[in-house]
Amino acid sequence: MSMDLDAHRPALDDIINREKAKGGALIPVLHQAQELYGYLPKELQDYIAEGLGVPQSTVFGVVTFYSFFTTKPRGRHRIGLCLGTACYVRGNTKNLERLSHELGVNAGESTPDMRYSLEVCRCIGLCSQAPAIMVGKSVHSKVQPDQVADILSQYE
Amino acid sequence: MTIEELERIRTEARQILAERGERFLPDGELKPPRPGEVRVVLRNCGQIDPKRIEEYIAKEGYFALHKILNMTPEQVIDETKRSGLRGRGGAGFPAGQKWFFARQALASRPAPADGAPPAYLICNGDEGDPGAFMDRAVLEGDPHSVLEGMAIAAYAMGATQGYVYVRAEYPVAVEHLQTALPQARRLGLLGKNIFGKGFDFDVDIRIGAGAFVCGEETALIDSIEGRRGEPRPRPPFPAVSGLWGRPTSVNNVETLANVPQIFLKGADWFAGMGTEKSKGTKTFAIAGKVKNAGLIEVPMGITMREIIYDIGGGILNKKEFKAAQTGGPLGGCLPAKYLDTPIDFESLVAAGSLMGSGGLIVLDENDCMVDVARFFMDFTQDESCGKCPPCWLGTKRLLEILTRITRAEGTEKDLETLEYLTQNISTASLCALGQGSVNPVVTTMRHFRDEYEAHVRDKFCSSGVCKGMFHYEILADTCNGCGACRLKCPDKVIKGAKKAVHEIDQANCIVCGDCYKACKFAAIAIRPRPTPKSKLPECG
Ligand SMILES: Cc1cc2nc3c(=O)[nH]c(=O)nc-3n(C[C@H](O)[C@H](O)[C@H](O)COP(=O)(O)O)c2cc1C
Ligand code: SF4
Ligand code: SF4
Ligand code: SF4
Ligand code: FES
Repeated sequence: MSMDLDAHRPALDDIINREKAKGGALIPVLHQAQELYGYLPKELQDYIAEGLGVPQSTVFGVVTFYSFFTTKPRGRHRIGLCLGTACYVRGNTKNLERLSHELGVNAGESTPDMRYSLEVCRCIGLCSQAPAIMVGKSVHSKVQPDQVADILSQYE
Repeated sequence: MTIEELERIRTEARQILAERGERFLPDGELKPPRPGEVRVVLRNCGQIDPKRIEEYIAKEGYFALHKILNMTPEQVIDETKRSGLRGRGGAGFPAGQKWFFARQALASRPAPADGAPPAYLICNGDEGDPGAFMDRAVLEGDPHSVLEGMAIAAYAMGATQGYVYVRAEYPVAVEHLQTALPQARRLGLLGKNIFGKGFDFDVDIRIGAGAFVCGEETALIDSIEGRRGEPRPRPPFPAVSGLWGRPTSVNNVETLANVPQIFLKGADWFAGMGTEKSKGTKTFAIAGKVKNAGLIEVPMGITMREIIYDIGGGILNKKEFKAAQTGGPLGGCLPAKYLDTPIDFESLVAAGSLMGSGGLIVLDENDCMVDVARFFMDFTQDESCGKCPPCWLGTKRLLEILTRITRAEGTEKDLETLEYLTQNISTASLCALGQGSVNPVVTTMRHFRDEYEAHVRDKFCSSGVCKGMFHYEILADTCNGCGACRLKCPDKVIKGAKKAVHEIDQANCIVCGDCYKACKFAAIAIRPRPTPKSKLPECG
């Protein structure tokens, strides 16, 4: 998978230069880089490693350790289905099955048209309104399997 | 900033609040306090606009900070000790003691030569326990109370730089903190020479990246330093050698949010609430099969029954209470016999569980305890950092066994293996994640042994959760023929005339459970399948 580093290079350089002066810059830089590019492919990781003066292996080790970072591009709409305790006991696995069926992908995958990616997460702090699903930054609470198709159609 | 200016802001802001009247969070998550609740940490949540520092000041905000800057750090530590405040992040370590150790370590070491901060105060807002959201509520609803608590703690222990570590899943909390910090700096409540008393303190935000283990304090420190978060052996404790090798205190969000109140109202006031060893209040996030799910704050020592039935309104859909899960993935499941135990740090540990951060998930008759144990093991084995084999490999083995049992492939030998493994993992793991990972298994095996036995012996899941290990039967003497189940059945395999007893065509039933949920007369029961499906024949 090749990517276009130049797309956001000035912004990326700014981030690196701004954070570099502080201690522990790597994780904040990765967060912001992922925000810019959507994901963290190898080329981008290497560029950051060079910019911050840390070994490539360190960057790779950090990216793979933290589940928030992804090395694969994701769909326009990131669906985060919560399988935290409250959502699990209130039946979110049924919603996951339905989502997976509707989209034709498994958790951790994106639809071929890159419209959606389906991810499972662990508690988004909406336990009192379980079962909960996030799409991008919007929240859907007390979701029933029958509502899944309707929710999906709200995101172009 | 001077005290006169702060008083002026308070007067003006009170006016605004009085004109606007009380308000509560729009999403209804935090309701007005119910009888039995006492709000200390949550006092301002939903009452003030978290994006306006003036409204926090209207509620006496930053007055405690002014007050303690006229005391010596030692006096601040002593007052905190006297209040009995213990850490709300899980372990319950006395907060004043922690600052004392850090201060002591700081005194015995030279300051960094390069002018770097001599010591650090970290606010732990990682809140990884799936099912807990009290720290989110405080960070979102009252961020300045956490910042003020941090400043007081920093003064006591000698830190000049603070970090709030917030999980990435809480974008609103991050946003509110990002708004709060410059406001506090602008008024001189953070930064250099606060209140002209020569105390410097500033705060930075660090965002987590989705690793449960980073809530553990040494892993959290690694993460702030920009590395993989892997727990280290303690000692040295962070108080001695923490962030960048300097004395560091890691305190939970809720712990810190208590601190300003302790200095406004006095240590005696705080110590007047709670039990002998657990003072003050505790927030709980009640969720699961309970009517009024949500956030509550109650005095320590209240019973689980009061929380679940009086405040929580009881169990949903008239079902039977089965267990309360406290302490998250490292905690345990407590059956009905513990409903009347007063909740504090010690009593929960004695019962085999944990206070943890305060997540409380109510489970009912339709929750399978073996499956709940499997669920938590799936979580912990996924979150194990992989540093030590007993945890990393042990949790994998436990998960394999529990998965087998929930698939009707378990044997009696598996139960012995579970017991043996849980003992070894808890003693041989380096950090509390590995040590505590076995608690959900240990407590469910202790209190719900019959369910485990039914799973392995009869291949029966009486809760109706584990696929292939039960089916539904209509009870001929209870069914009144209302037809609700027949209408709901997606495959139309329920037969029965109006007002006559209905029957399920078992051969074609897909066991979806829709009929079970639809029947208002408890006429459908979960029963063992006549020929249990066992893929693994037991041999020898
Ligand atoms: C695996 C693991 C996860 C933890 N997660 C958290 C957390 O999310 N929030 C927290 O405050 N403490 C957490 N802790 C406890 C911290 O290590 C530490 O004890 C706590 O932050 C200290 O603050 P306190 O004294 O105010 O409780 C966790 C501990 C372990 C072992
Ligand atoms: S017990 Fe588990 S989480 Fe803790 S250090 Fe060992 S492997 Fe990592
Ligand atoms: S379990 Fe589902 S398929 Fe079977 S009878 Fe009930 S509603 Fe019909
Ligand atoms: S819903 Fe219950 S009472 Fe009504 S027909 Fe079905 S089993 Fe009988
Ligand atoms: S468990 Fe799903 S939001 Fe908390």
